[in-house]
Amino acid sequence: MSTRPMRIRATEEAGLTTVRVLMEHPMETGVRRNADGAPIPSHYITLVEATHNGRAVLSAQWGTAVAQNPLLTFRFRGAAKGDRVAVRWTDNRGGTRTDEAVIA
Amino acid sequence: MASLVALGIVTAQQAHAAGRPGFEARTLQDALRAVGGVPAPSNQIRVTSPDIAENGALVPVGVSSILPGVTELFILVEHNPFPLLAAFTLAPGTEPDVQIRIRMGQSSNIVAVVRSNGQLFSATKSTRVTLGGCGA
Repeated sequence: MSTRPMRIRATEEAGLTTVRVLMEHPMETGVRRNADGAPIPSHYITLVEATHNGRAVLSAQWGTAVAQNPLLTFRFRGAAKGDRVAVRWTDNRGGTRTDEAVIA
Repeated sequence: MASLVALGIVTAQQAHAAGRPGFEARTLQDALRAVGGVPAPSNQIRVTSPDIAENGALVPVGVSSILPGVTELFILVEHNPFPLLAAFTLAPGTEPDVQIRIRMGQSSNIVAVVRSNGQLFSATKSTRVTLGGCGA
């Protein structure tokens, strides 16, 4: 499954960096059925890892109840404008994607 | 673990569940037990969510806390089929302040749990859902 790049916006103000990430992912719960009544297998992000200049700042384990095309916001200290924030997601089918942004 | 799955000793689902305590729990109590016990209520955790969500498939939820030394933050929806839906691990310097969009199957309490200096605390916010979000 190819996905469009995550939209990551990272801004720093008064020492606090806010990161907003929009991920493209169906986040299929596994509960839905298709028109023939067959269950649609689950397909959802299970792990999110965010780093600042290569150092882990946040990791998250997700279940099926995170909404489709997840929008995640988190905040951390110790970064400066121009630093890099990278976000990687991994899903339950082994799919993965990493995208990066520069802190503005 | 992969070889156990190949041998049929462990199902793929069980292998996936390993290392993800609480995500397979079907009740709020079981999920909290898996996370580490019964949290103490705290007014130093804020859960923001709509009072009424028109679309249960897309409910914005925020959790923030002024408790010290928060290393983990959990989000649960009491009446979802699997109440534990997110577990965040925060590095030092990362604020206990996250926002995410979730699915709610029906009107329910949203429970946020944080681990502050090793102890669990929680806060709750009720959200009414007019159209359930787990799909039919």
